[in-house]
Amino acid sequence: MRRGLRRFAVLGAVLMLTAAGCGDDGDEESGGGATTTSSGGEAPPTFAAGSTMATLQGKGKIILGTKFDQPGFGLKDAVSGKVEGFDVEIAKLIAAGIFGGSAEEAAGKIEFVEAVSKNREPFIQEGKVDLVVATYTINDARKIVVDFAGPYFVARQDIMVKSDNNDIRSVEDLNGKKVCSAQGSTSIKNVQAKAPQADLSISFDTYSKCADAMGDGRVVAVTTDDTILAGLVQASGGAFKLVNAPFSDEPYGIGLKKDDTAFRNFLNNRLQEIFDGGEWAAAFEATLGKLGLTTPEPPAIAAY
Amino acid sequence: MGPVLDNLDAYLSGMRTTATLTVVSFGVALVVGTLIASARISPVVPLRWAGAAYVELLRNTPLVVLMFLYYFGLPKIGLLFSGFTTAVLALSLYTGAFVAETVRSGVNSVATGQAEAARALGLTFPQTLATVIVPQALRTVAAPLGSLFIALIKNSAVAFTISVPELNGRVDRLITDTGQTIPLLVGAAVAYLLLTIPSGIALGVLERRVAIRR
Repeated sequence: MRRGLRRFAVLGAVLMLTAAGCGDDGDEESGGGATTTSSGGEAPPTFAAGSTMATLQGKGKIILGTKFDQPGFGLKDAVSGKVEGFDVEIAKLIAAGIFGGSAEEAAGKIEFVEAVSKNREPFIQEGKVDLVVATYTINDARKIVVDFAGPYFVARQDIMVKSDNNDIRSVEDLNGKKVCSAQGSTSIKNVQAKAPQADLSISFDTYSKCADAMGDGRVVAVTTDDTILAGLVQASGGAFKLVNAPFSDEPYGIGLKKDDTAFRNFLNNRLQEIFDGGEWAAAFEATLGKLGLTTPEPPAIAAY
Repeated sequence: MGPVLDNLDAYLSGMRTTATLTVVSFGVALVVGTLIASARISPVVPLRWAGAAYVELLRNTPLVVLMFLYYFGLPKIGLLFSGFTTAVLALSLYTGAFVAETVRSGVNSVATGQAEAARALGLTFPQTLATVIVPQALRTVAAPLGSLFIALIKNSAVAFTISVPELNGRVDRLITDTGQTIPLLVGAAVAYLLLTIPSGIALGVLERRVAIRR
């Protein structure tokens, strides 16, 4: 019902007032759902006194940093003000592991805060958020300042070309070709390492501009994480395709305060639980699956 | 200073591109601006309207918007220009609107008696403009045109948004490659000063030259 209303609202974007009204209704519904749950069914899980999980359970609230601008992972809906995506679903499932009940019920206890790439570490260190679930690639430099649970997803850098292009089948084929990626991204560095002769002189602040430049024939390929490219392929309406020749791994983890081993173990166990229980796959299908990505096998948890 | 000296080649090549971009764009802007100013003061009413429309449209749109509009818009109507050509187009058409207003105010500063005398001598409107009004007006506008030139040097930095490897774009690449943000940006500021200050001095000399002959 709520989805139906939302879709109707988007279609009738001209009627801004109607759209806003629908959004409000949606919020009230989910709020009501969250309060009725505490009375019913299962008792919330119990944790050792003094642990982060017990503290959060006592407060009845968890603050989560996520992206607000990343389609498929964390995107804030301009009409309803809700954040949607795979990261958000993972966050709800984690919250359900702390507070008990279903993911949707636990959603009412989550406060989402926008975490852009630059402020993720300081947010964790200063305690402004309890966890960061925001397309957060696990790497050694970051492990010095924060800890990671997971990975819960492994993105791969891939290549997007026009649908009629059959010359480019792997990253090596980019040598001597004009390739576009975002200014200052790790994607550019990965290409430079794997295809040193690639011409990377054209780059923009967003990937949609790269896609536009490829449509105009200024570049022959666009490269970055497959999850981002999938959204662009979807938006092109058949004009572009994914080469499907991944050449780097970007394991996404859940960021938490350093040296809270009990909390990290809990998160890793909870992730394994939702991998095995099928909630992970369902969350994928409901978000990234809609962008045309096929559901992969869950990654192996890295207990370091 | 180290990161700047290590990448001196990139700075010099960026400065060269910025200088070329500015000089070419300013040349085109002078021609465009003078034509538009002539249209705005011509006796033909539709021409005046067209001139006024041009100035208001171009002067009141942010340069970065024009830059993207030409870069991504023109190919959709079959005109695929390189990034550099697109940047020249955007910079010169934009600056042309300011040149037009400067030239027009210069022309208006020439006493009407001059134009009336030219008419009395039997000169046509184009002749009056070319031999009587414009030479006098140019002296008045030398200083404001110089300011437009210096503004153009700095405005050319916007071309980095469409991947033209001018100074600002080169430095941006260096920053992402090395992470040495502050020294590289200070280097960029100094490099721009090395372009703008000598330009200012040269323009001052030029201004004094035309002023003396009055």
